[in-house]
Order: sequence, then C-alpha cells, then structure tokens
Amino acid sequence: MSGDKILSVDRLTMRFGGIVAVQDLSFAAERKKITALIGPNGAGKTTVFNCITGFYKPSGGTIRLTHDDGRVIALERLNDFRIAKQAKVARTFQNIRLFPGMTALENLMVAQHNALMRASGFTLLGLVGVPAYRDAEKRAIDLATDWLRRVNLLDRADDAAGNFAYGDQRRLEIARAMCTEPALLCLDEPAAGLNARESAALSELLLSIRDELGTSILLIEHDMSVVMEISDHIVVMDHGEKIAEGTPREVRDDPKVIAAYLGTDEDEAVAVMESGT
Amino acid sequence: MTAPSTNTAKPATGIAALLKTAFTNALVALVLFSLMVGIRTEAGSSGQLTYWTRFGELASLVAVVFGGSIVIELLRQWIGPTGAERLVPPAVQSGMSLIGGYLTPALLIFTLLVPVIFYDQRYILDLAILVLTYVMLGWGLNVVVGLAGLLDLGYVAFYAVGAYSYGLLATNFGWSFWVCLPLAGILAAFWGVLLGFPVLRLRGDYLAIVTLAFGEIIRLVIINWQELTGGPNGVSGIPRPSFFGIPLDNSDDGFAAKFGIEYSPTHRIVFLFYLILALALLTNWVTIRLRRLPIGRAWEALREDEVACRALGINTTTTKLTAFATGAMFGGFAGAFFATRQGFISPESFTFQESALVLAIVVLGGMGSQLGVALAALAMIGGFELFRGLETYRMLVFGMAMVLIMIWRPRGLIGHRAPTVFLTKAQAISSDLVKEGHG
Ligand SMILES: Nc1ncnc2c1ncn2[C@@H]1O[C@H](COP(=O)(O)OP(=O)(O)O)[C@@H](O)[C@H]1O
Ligand SMILES: [Mg+2]
Repeated sequence: MSGDKILSVDRLTMRFGGIVAVQDLSFAAERKKITALIGPNGAGKTTVFNCITGFYKPSGGTIRLTHDDGRVIALERLNDFRIAKQAKVARTFQNIRLFPGMTALENLMVAQHNALMRASGFTLLGLVGVPAYRDAEKRAIDLATDWLRRVNLLDRADDAAGNFAYGDQRRLEIARAMCTEPALLCLDEPAAGLNARESAALSELLLSIRDELGTSILLIEHDMSVVMEISDHIVVMDHGEKIAEGTPREVRDDPKVIAAYLGTDEDEAVAVMESGT
Repeated sequence: MTAPSTNTAKPATGIAALLKTAFTNALVALVLFSLMVGIRTEAGSSGQLTYWTRFGELASLVAVVFGGSIVIELLRQWIGPTGAERLVPPAVQSGMSLIGGYLTPALLIFTLLVPVIFYDQRYILDLAILVLTYVMLGWGLNVVVGLAGLLDLGYVAFYAVGAYSYGLLATNFGWSFWVCLPLAGILAAFWGVLLGFPVLRLRGDYLAIVTLAFGEIIRLVIINWQELTGGPNGVSGIPRPSFFGIPLDNSDDGFAAKFGIEYSPTHRIVFLFYLILALALLTNWVTIRLRRLPIGRAWEALREDEVACRALGINTTTTKLTAFATGAMFGGFAGAFFATRQGFISPESFTFQESALVLAIVVLGGMGSQLGVALAALAMIGGFELFRGLETYRMLVFGMAMVLIMIWRPRGLIGHRAPTVFLTKAQAISSDLVKEGHG
C-alpha cells in the first residue's frame, strides 16, 4: 500500500502473562482515509487499540504517528493522557464510556479540557473571569453545538448523557472524541447495537468526518455492511495475527478471511465459497 | 422516565418475607452479641479470669433487633428507598423546587441576621459558629469527595495543619491572623499535594484506608513532636483575631473604645460569626466558580469515568491533586479559624471522629450539592445539640435519625446535580445517573 501514512504499526506484540493477544502485527493507516480492523471476537482488535491509545504498553514493536507537519511521534513511548493531548489521537470504547451524570454539552466541554485550561490561565485567570477566557468558553460551546448538530443531538444538549438511548450514546461518544480535534480517530465497534437505520446514519457521519474534516479514521467493526461500505482499506486479524489486508473487495473474496469468520479450515472455506459463486 | 407503577411495585411485601428478614437479622444479632454481651469476662481480684452470663440483656438486644428489623422493613416499604421522589406527584415536586429556589437566599438572609436576632443568646451564637465551621469543612471536603469522587477519610489532617500553622506562627513570631490565614491555607494545600502524590494512585477502598492512615499520622506527629507542637499539651495563648488591627477587648485602643460604644464580650463572638460566615461563603463562591471552569468539569468527569478522562487527554494525576489541594486549602482556612476562636489547640481536637463527621455531612447533604452540605451540617451539628436533653440516649436517637434519613433519601438531602453549562435550559440531573466515583 502506498501513499501518505498517518499511522504505521510495526511488529506490534502484546502479551498478558502466557497469553499472546497480538503477535507481530504490522499495518499502516493512510491519512484522510478510513482503515478498518476486523476479525472474529477475541482476535485482539481492542488490544491493538489499547496499545495505540496508550492504555497498554506494548510488549514489543513500534507504533509511529506522522502528523500533517511531518512530526513523527513514537506512540509506544508516550503514555496515558499524553497520546490524546500531544499526539492528537482520540478514541471511543467498545462499551461506551460517557460521563452519564453530565449533560451532552458538558461531555463535549470536558473533551476540550486542555484548550480551555490554557485559555483559563490554568484556572487562575478563569477564576477572576477575564474576557479572554469567556471568549474561549464561548468558542468551545460553539464547537460543541456544532458537533451536537452533526450527530443530530442538538435538541438534547441539556439532557444527561446517561438518559440517552444506546444509539444516541454511541453518536455522542464520537462527537466527544471529535471535540478533541484529533488527527486520528479510533472507533471501537461504533455500530454495535445499532439498528439498520442508525448504522446507515453512522456510515454517513464517518464519511463526512473523513471528507469534510480530513480526519483519518481507524475503525474496528463487526457490522460488515458498514465496513464494506465506507472503508478504504481493511486489515483482518485472527488469533492476534494479521491474516489478510486490502480493499473491501479483496478482503471479501479472501478464503482465509472467510475461514476465520466461519471458523472452518481453509479448504472447507474455499469449497463453501466456490459453491456459493 | 419509567412508569411509576414499575418502581413502586415492591418485592417481598408479604408477612412471611418480613418475618424472615427480621428472623435472619435477629439470628445474626444473636451470634454476634452472644460473645460480646451474653458472656461478660473480667480479670478477677487475683488476676484470674472471671466470667458470668447476661442472657437477659442478650435476649432483649436480640428482641430489639427483631422488632427494629420489622419497623425498618415496613418503613422501607412505606416510603421506599428509591421510590421516594417518584411517589411525590409532579405538582408537589415543582412546588418543592420553587421552594428550593427561595431556600438559598432565605437561608442566607437568615444567617446574616442570626447575630442580630440572637444577640443576647451566647449559646445560640456559639452553636451557629460551630455549625458554620462544619459547613465550611463540609464544603471543603465536598470538592474532594463530592466533585472529584475521591473518598478522603483523613480530611481532619488539613484542618490540623491549618490550626497548627496559625497557632505556631502566631505564638512564635507574633504574626497577625490576617497574615497567617492565607499561609495556613497554603501550607495545608502543600501538605495535600505532598500526601496526594503517593496516595492518588490508589483507588476506592485503598485510597480511603491510606487517607485515613495519613490523618492519624499527622495527629501522631503532632503528639510526638513535643518541641514544636507542645505534644499532648497543645498550643495555648493563641491570639484572638483583631478587627483589622483593632483588638476586640476592653482596652483603651480596643474596638469598643475606638467606636465609642460600651464594651461587651459579645462583640468578639459576633465578629467571629461573621468571620467564619465570610470564610464559608468564600469557599462556596470559589467552589461554584471552579465547577464552571475546565478544572471543575474535569473533577466531575473524573468522578464519572476516569478512563474516559484519560482518553480525552486529561492528566488525571494533576486533576486529582488539584482537587485534593483545593479541599485541603479550605480545611486549612477552617483550621486557622478554629485556632483563633479557641485560643487553644491540642491533638484531641483532630481525631478521626472529626473526619468521619465531616464526611457524614457531605454524604448526608447529597454528594456534590452545596446547599445539601449546608443543610446537612445544620442537621448534624444542630440536631446533635437538640438531643442534648436525652443525655445517655443522645447518640442512639441521633444514630436512628441518621439511619431514617438515609433510608428516606439514600442519595442525600439534595439528590440532584445542576449542570455547569447549558444551551437552552438548565435541568437538574437525577442522582440515579450521577456516579459516586471510585477512587
Ligand atoms: N487486560 C487483559 N488481560 C489479559 N488478557 C487480555 C487483556 N485484554 C485482552 N486480553 C485477551 O486478549 C485477547 C484479545 O482480546 P480483545 O483485544 O479484546 O479482542 P477483540 O477486541 O478482537 O474481540 C483475548 O483473548 C483477551 O482475553
Ligand atoms: Mg473488542
């Protein structure tokens, strides 16, 4: 695969005691494209995300993020909150992690914490209420409003996030991640639990994030209709290893992928496929 | 939200279930108390072990537990642990929120007038000062426990640091209260950060236990560092506060002489009252402002979900430390006030019981609610005084009252969270959604 890479993962390995959750995984994500990471349950996809976003320290391998200005950041050396703050990688979680007791708007304001902290002179200027901070807060509210509109939740801005329906929570979590103004957006199964209509709306949202804002997206997804429709590139994992990658069409026709998903061995899968076509 | 019928439907309403619960509780009580109460052991005159049985007392205790279980269970079914708010019709609820809107200003005006109304009643004034001290402590701890969700069982440590900072600086260097007050806050905040660093890695129960230990450590250091703190004898002769340089005594250049009024010891009490009121209101004002700033929102977000905070680029360690330090600073201010009011401090004033009391105020108030904490301080401190007439049974009655309140309102007196920012309309958020934090 050629082109401008925003993320390159090289020989990433993650062990938990005796379990090897990810083994020698290498792949790259292109700038301003949607890259999907798929594979059966337990393949190690979420673990890869946790390594990229600093929640796990990889046992081996490198993860490089190249910013638009050419700055290269070694993500495996940054930890924790610094990946979101300095490397501008935002993520959502497989089991939604909103702030349930805060309103939708507040959720999106928390996402702009670092920018607002600077504007509030690390609280001191904000405490006395300098106009510069008020302006910054107004801009933050505008950005949040803009995102609430994009994810179609504007009329629920002042409702507690915990009261939202499942699909709305998923969209709000994406909006919250986008409010950090990330260079790379990592989404862990954003379509899980959505109905067909909501899935379609999600696809549209992700495409607009890519096309209008030029944000690169790394996507873990089980919903093949979403993956096949919007991905530019797909990486397939099974048992912690990469078993295939390519365009949606290439991956769909790959016997190894079908075998992994059907849980059969390769010959059988080929047979299944051939009988199917 | 959900239909009331589903929430008011109670499981196990039958007499059998009721009796079963009561019987189980009585059995537990029997096992527990049979050794603690049923058999009394004592060292005899020549050191041998003597013991005798007290089955009568044991039986009455078990009977009380049995009866009490039934009463509590009935109460629980009657008022309902979570159904309380839903049982109230919406009209009454909106009426209550209307009263709630007027409650704060009404309380504030009343508080401002307390010294006028009760000018001649020294006892009431002293009690009011005590209540306000706990309101301030409650508001200070509320930052840590209510907003940031960090369970701190050693808050009294910072109260002690503040009190000793003022006591020692004033007695050794003769510095005035107004110079020492900010210093006491800064020193307490400094200790908050110092203690916070190793502690804040821990979460939940571990954090609670270590903060409890730190509270005790500070007290033990004070007891044992005789040269500096005077050990168990404490620090005495701490200067009383002056009215911005004018002493409040009956000397020639005292307050009364300067203003040409007759001297009265009440002047000082009234001054102390307004001093602690000002300090408490300052705490409240700063906390309300902080909540609306990014740091305050980060505290609450931390209470809601720490992992999500990290994913959003929030430095959770410094965020926790600032909460700890802010709470400690207010505790330090309150400590300095305590020292100047008493004129004498000793380690006995800074036991775990104080931490527990302040924490109880925060929990009873409804974690995070400023008004709730103020009401809870009034209820706890005032209520405790109210039961003074009951003498021996004071603690018992007081404890029962607490239990009943917690059954009635498990999430505290004020169980709503007010949003810090809104687009069209600020709506109170039900406490069912708000997390309590776990670290
Ligand atoms: N913190 C952890 N400790 C131990 N094992 C883990 C941990 N996280 C993930 N694993 C293991 O790694 C494997 C991959 O899990 P995961 O990355 O969640 O898969 P996926 O997201 O592809 O369904 C699983 O076998 C899981 O048990
Ligand atoms: Mg997963």
